[in-house]
Amino acid sequence: MNPELKQALVDYLLAMADDELILGHRNSEWCGHAPILEEDIAFANIALDEIGHAIVWYELAADVLGEERDTYANRMVYFRDAPDYRNAQMVELPKGDWAFTMLRQYLFDQFEMVRLEKLTQSSYTPLAEAAAKICTEEIYHLRHTQAWVRRLGLGTEESNRRMQTALNELMRYYEQLFSPSLADTLLFEANIVPFQTELMVHTLELIVPFLVEANLIPPRGSNFVGPNDVIYRHEHTEHLNDLLSNLQQVARLDPMAKW
Amino acid sequence: MYGATVDPIEDIRSDEEKLAEFEARIARGEKIEPGDWMPEEYRRQLIRMISQHAHSEVVGMLPEGAFITRAPNLRRKLILIAKVQDEGGHGQYLYHAAETLGATREEMLEALLSGKAKYSSIFNYPTLSWADMGAIGWLVDGAAILNQTMLAKCSYGPYARAMVRICAEENFHRRQGQDIVITLALGTPEQKAMMQDSINRWWWPTLMMFGPHDTDSPNSAVLIRWGIKTKTNDELRQSFVDQTAPELMALGLTIPDPNLYYDETSGHWHFGEIDWDEFWNVVKGNGPCNAERMATRRQAHEDGLWVREAMAAYAEKDQS
Ligand SMILES: [Fe+2]
Ligand SMILES: [Fe+2]
Ligand SMILES: [Fe+2]
Repeated sequence: MNPELKQALVDYLLAMADDELILGHRNSEWCGHAPILEEDIAFANIALDEIGHAIVWYELAADVLGEERDTYANRMVYFRDAPDYRNAQMVELPKGDWAFTMLRQYLFDQFEMVRLEKLTQSSYTPLAEAAAKICTEEIYHLRHTQAWVRRLGLGTEESNRRMQTALNELMRYYEQLFSPSLADTLLFEANIVPFQTELMVHTLELIVPFLVEANLIPPRGSNFVGPNDVIYRHEHTEHLNDLLSNLQQVARLDPMAKW
Repeated sequence: MYGATVDPIEDIRSDEEKLAEFEARIARGEKIEPGDWMPEEYRRQLIRMISQHAHSEVVGMLPEGAFITRAPNLRRKLILIAKVQDEGGHGQYLYHAAETLGATREEMLEALLSGKAKYSSIFNYPTLSWADMGAIGWLVDGAAILNQTMLAKCSYGPYARAMVRICAEENFHRRQGQDIVITLALGTPEQKAMMQDSINRWWWPTLMMFGPHDTDSPNSAVLIRWGIKTKTNDELRQSFVDQTAPELMALGLTIPDPNLYYDETSGHWHFGEIDWDEFWNVVKGNGPCNAERMATRRQAHEDGLWVREAMAAYAEKDQS
């Protein structure tokens, strides 16, 4: 792999890892505070899985760079500041209510599922293999979050209203997951990753009818690309700073110490 | 042979005869199962204990849950989430066990949220540093294991079986706690100081977890007679100190008890008197975090109300 392509791949892996880490972090905030005990348990499982996936991607990036896996993953998580994080803004937003949390997780899961299926065909074998493995877990997430979207979309007037509010809010951010970077084009040409636009089309084909069936109206229908400017992955909301100062608080007490 | 003695003929024996047979079964080491005859007092004591135990697991998610987002490395983070999740699972098994005695989840939750039901006082102490994850895992889960290992042999089948499952997981909790304590105790001077501070705060509340002296424990006698408990509070507390004190000291940590020493003649560690005023004060709801813990549980319950309503409404629509 030439250095340029290598760097592009590392960036791509880091963006995936950061998305999963930050989403998992937000999900883990529910542990002990969920609306029913069964969800304290089930949703903690999803948080565990997402953080686990993040670790898989960080470690793949470490392999590409020839770095030690565990050290690299922890350095990326605990010793980067917000501007160096590459997660999409959608996952760093505060957890909100159960409607917001569930819908965010559903939207992310569906996007992830589409991307993972494509990634199983990656010409970079370690990536293809990891994607295939993670896919098996994501099926369960998607089932779980789909059930919740249906339940809350069709449950009561209040639950429907909360879901619609969450959807309107989230759709503004969802688009960022699909916006391509220059590096992505390099990777796409090397058959390592799928084309972002293709991912978007596939994902929309799946989510729009599903949401409609759950009595939820996607704000711009299936015309997803809005008038918003492109948000780049180094751009963050103020929420990421808060999140990281919490996440990194203990680790940074003494960076040389073992915990 | 669980639940195999179904008698199709109406049981016409007198209560005394039933009681005698019930006590004879317990004496033979048989398990009492949900459909079996049992004295009302046995049922009442069990519901009280099991639901209290379930509440402790659920409220117990909070102090450690507060550090999930701050766990200092990825491995610790995964372990801590899994641990707190396990505690929720324990709450779930235990609520199920209490349901076999006729209590409902709603009643039990209501009793907790209204402050009528108690939960383990240990969870009314705050978690102030990462070292507390070590102290809780090793000391608090360690103390719980002693109690639960005893309860795994208790006379009520569903409770005993829940305990067997729970104990296996608690052992993992204890080990991860011990691992944190060892890492910090042997770490930098700051880490060691953090660990010592944590032991200073958690040692006495952990000893209080075993409950009052047996002479001051109104339920002890009947619980022991009916095989719900097979050891007294003081016996369990002594085993805990015997086991834990030397291990902590071997790591260079100090136990905040000037009267602690190894008594050659008895072969046990002698320890100072517990501050029972503090114990009863926390039990009565005036501990450092009672109000906060209850407020958090109530908040989660209230915030979840619309969700539970939606679930019910959807389930109804789904059926029609
Ligand atoms: Fe994932
Ligand atoms: Fe537990
Ligand atoms: Fe535990």
